[in-house]
Amino acid sequence: MTDTTALPGGYQLVVGLEVHVELHTATKLFCGCPNRFGDDPNTNVCPVCLGLPGSMPVLNERALELAMRLGRALHCEVRPSIFARKNYFYPDMPKDYQVSQYDQPTNVDGHLDLPDGTRIGIERAHIEEDTGKSTHVGGGGRIHDAAYSLVDYNRCGVPLVEIVSRPDFRTSEQAKAYVNELRAILVATGVSDAKMEEGSLRVDANVSVHQPGTPLGTRCEIKNINSVRSLGRAIEYEARRQIDLLDSGERVIQQTRHWNEDDGRTHTLRSKEEAEDYRYFPEPDLVPLVPTATDVDAIDAALPALPAAQRTALAEASGRTLPDETITIVVDRGLDQLALAAVAAGADADRTLTHLQHDLDPGQAANVPAEQLAELVRMETAGELTASQAKQVLAEMGEAGGEPRAIAAARGFEAMDSSELEAQVDDAIAANADAWAKVLGGESKAQGAIIGHVMKATRGQADGRALNEILQRRIASS
Amino acid sequence: MADAPISRDDVAHVARLARLTLTDDELDTFTGQLASILGHAADVEALDLDDVPPTSHPYPLQNVTRPDEVRPCLDRDEVLAQAPASEDGMFRVPPVLGEAP
Amino acid sequence: MSAVEIAEAVAAGERSARSVVDEHLARIDEQEGEVHAFNLVLADEARARADELDRRIATGGDVGPLAGVPVALKDNLCTRGIPTTCSSRILEGWRPPYDATVVQRLRAAGAVVVGKTNLDEFAMGSSTENSAFGPTRNPLDTARVPGGSSGGSAAAVAAGFAAVSLGSDTGGSIRQPGALCGVVGAKPTFGRTSRYGLIAFASSLDQIGPFARTVEDAALLMEVISGPDPFDSTSIPEAFPDLRGVLGRGVEGLRVGIVEELMGGEGGIQAEVEARTREAALALEKAGAVVDMVSVPAAVYGLSAYYLIAPAEASSNLARFDGVRFGLRDERATTGETYDATRTAGFGPEVKRRIMLGTYALSSGYYDAYYGKAQRVRTMIIRDFEAAYERFDVLLSPASPCVAFPFGDKTADPLSMYLNDVCTIPSSLAGHPALSVPFGTGAHDLPVGVQVMAPALGEQVMFQVAAAIEAAAPGAAR
Ligand SMILES: [Mg+2]
Ligand SMILES: [Zn+2]
Repeated sequence: MTDTTALPGGYQLVVGLEVHVELHTATKLFCGCPNRFGDDPNTNVCPVCLGLPGSMPVLNERALELAMRLGRALHCEVRPSIFARKNYFYPDMPKDYQVSQYDQPTNVDGHLDLPDGTRIGIERAHIEEDTGKSTHVGGGGRIHDAAYSLVDYNRCGVPLVEIVSRPDFRTSEQAKAYVNELRAILVATGVSDAKMEEGSLRVDANVSVHQPGTPLGTRCEIKNINSVRSLGRAIEYEARRQIDLLDSGERVIQQTRHWNEDDGRTHTLRSKEEAEDYRYFPEPDLVPLVPTATDVDAIDAALPALPAAQRTALAEASGRTLPDETITIVVDRGLDQLALAAVAAGADADRTLTHLQHDLDPGQAANVPAEQLAELVRMETAGELTASQAKQVLAEMGEAGGEPRAIAAARGFEAMDSSELEAQVDDAIAANADAWAKVLGGESKAQGAIIGHVMKATRGQADGRALNEILQRRIASS
Repeated sequence: MADAPISRDDVAHVARLARLTLTDDELDTFTGQLASILGHAADVEALDLDDVPPTSHPYPLQNVTRPDEVRPCLDRDEVLAQAPASEDGMFRVPPVLGEAP
Repeated sequence: MSAVEIAEAVAAGERSARSVVDEHLARIDEQEGEVHAFNLVLADEARARADELDRRIATGGDVGPLAGVPVALKDNLCTRGIPTTCSSRILEGWRPPYDATVVQRLRAAGAVVVGKTNLDEFAMGSSTENSAFGPTRNPLDTARVPGGSSGGSAAAVAAGFAAVSLGSDTGGSIRQPGALCGVVGAKPTFGRTSRYGLIAFASSLDQIGPFARTVEDAALLMEVISGPDPFDSTSIPEAFPDLRGVLGRGVEGLRVGIVEELMGGEGGIQAEVEARTREAALALEKAGAVVDMVSVPAAVYGLSAYYLIAPAEASSNLARFDGVRFGLRDERATTGETYDATRTAGFGPEVKRRIMLGTYALSSGYYDAYYGKAQRVRTMIIRDFEAAYERFDVLLSPASPCVAFPFGDKTADPLSMYLNDVCTIPSSLAGHPALSVPFGTGAHDLPVGVQVMAPALGEQVMFQVAAAIEAAAPGAAR
């Protein structure tokens, strides 16, 4: 783990993150058009999201509910709020203003605890509408050299929550951990599918450096970061760039910079002709939101267990002192409930976790009831299925559903009973007498010959664990 | 006039913000006219109303929402038929300088 | 023939909708060249629609309360597939893909749309001289203005081109032209009529309302177009009350206040206009009402507050006219230059003036002094009205400080034009219902309109009083 707390020259890194997430709703924020990724351009549009003259917004109740749910999951205070207009001209914004929340956002003053215990402050999590998408034609798709641009408004008006952290990050690792943890929370709460590759989760980083004990440095906002990995790289690069400037006696200019994945650098964007003056004012076409205490209680009551708690629970259930990589992955894949239920139903924790880490598509989890998963693991533990057979059966359960026992039978997975396996071992020892002698002489890796013989003879159908137990028993008793 | 409520530069600035181009003559005319209108508004400007809350909605309503249900969209051809320029089912615009803020 | 009489005759089969429409179209043929009330006459559509209604009536199908009534629509109301221009070059050739809510309700009620009427560009003006397509002339004296911004709709009814029409009122744009053309013009409580499909000027002030030759017709039309609409978040959820049922109730015991601040020379009120207003009050007193003077002190700040609030909202509402998705485009090398060229070519001087005024009122450093302060004045005005309505059921004032004025009279100095709205603005800022009803004549034998104002949701008592004034008006049938 690279620790950038101590940057060259004793500089201290200071980072804040702005994360935009698309809410998991059926329709857009202010109109009934589908909130769907990947459809033909401009097929999910209406007068409202096209900003046609005379159209008016009406708030999606589900979007508001999900926004408040996220706020509570981030320990925010849910406040009375209003929408405002942020005025600026841009072709992917049909009204030439964005309806967002400005001085009275829905969620304020929360926090998120990183797995390592670091607490990151959340300044606000406000609701706003997404913009359309522009394609720049010619000039290799680079905006400034393009011959012209084409605009698709399908994404325009999709509900977003913008989560603004406090500048509490001191290492790039913390920033990456934050995004991973936030993603796990979004999945666990059903607020968003949080797919960075599809743009339903987008991260901008405000990066600055300073000497500890001195005022904060000038920050630069880094945009166009499209993976957690590039988030780390972008922060590290930008920190070094600013340090080089300062060390060579120059100063950092506050600006927005673009992360370029290919050359691994950040670049300045052409500055706009006019300094921004967004002329925020209360959106007169929308009315104030005043959530009651009962509303908030209902949201809290409906909150599922959050990833941190689930990791601890899984650690206990599997006899670990601390959550490990496997547990973290199972939680990030949203399979933690299933894991806990299967273990509660008597399944071996380690085998269960291993399967859920590798062998089940989270999208298919609904097809696999905890009891059936537990039954599968039990069959495996009892030696009725080999690990690889169990893996195949689970895959089929995920795709089509069904009883593990029935699927195993249908596939002819009849793991041999132990007497047959004993016989196989006898043959193997007879055929590899000298290897066996070495084994008994304490040369345990000579077991390979015996095991190889059995596996060959049984075309891999023998259960490795069971075979190993037999061998150990015989070694001990000889 | 020294204490004019709006200067020629102010007018040039707001014209840029509003994406309007003014000739020098227009700039002079508008500066004079806006100054006299804002001059008339001096009575309001002078009021001390810090303890009076602002009204942005004349009729007080709260928590107006709609169910999260899909409604029919517009026909793309009908929409693009209204566009000054389109291509491949999208709205076509000249090159865009600068990123969105 | 009044709209009520037409609807009854047509529904009863005593008259064909077609004959009614032909009669009105004939009048349009004769006089429209002189008056120029319309941006677009829909002769063929109107005849086809009338024939369809006649067929439905012949087959006993049910027709609504406006069966066969010819209606003219202000050209800032969206009509599907029919050009909608706001009398601006920037909307050249635009055919909306949807109907405004009020247009849907008119059609459902059996009305026949005969055309789209002229207005001051984007409803910004008080004389209809700001139309990009040339001014409308006052049918009562074609050397004079019809008032504005709904001048075309007022003139169309005064000239008998339509039985009734719809206008929009932001600071007086229905009441003032109603007064200048000698017809009834009414605006409901803000939120009573859906704004969905009304091309916005100032969202927190705009309301749609009727023009008619009788108070009863105005009541009928307002009943048809008003009531809750799920597509307008600011729409009042309570059902709209019966108006026609209260017209005969008289004013016995009603308390009527004459607003001091809206009378007398300092408001620039013409002597005859003030005299007619007092005579109307006297007539109400004779009819059993209790009349007294009342002060609404903050009303004097109305004009200043309005000319900060309305332009501010307009500057944002009119941003979307950028040449990207619809209407005029003056294409240049970049999108930014195309915005500038399109908006500069597409908007007339008054619209540019108000956009810049509003942009300034919202810009950083001036918001609190201008927009913010004006919104507080709005609260003061509402409080002063509430105090007045504790002692009075309705308030009275002139609807316009003067009778119809000659073309060019007030175009040189914008402020002098703005002063036409001095009487109508206070109730607009308060969001209260108000109407103008003709009462006698002033200078040059031109009609005078008396304004009846009522508290929020007070449409019934407002129409009750208007009916009494109409009955007592000089030359009214007794
Ligand atoms: Mg944002
Ligand atoms: Zn839409």
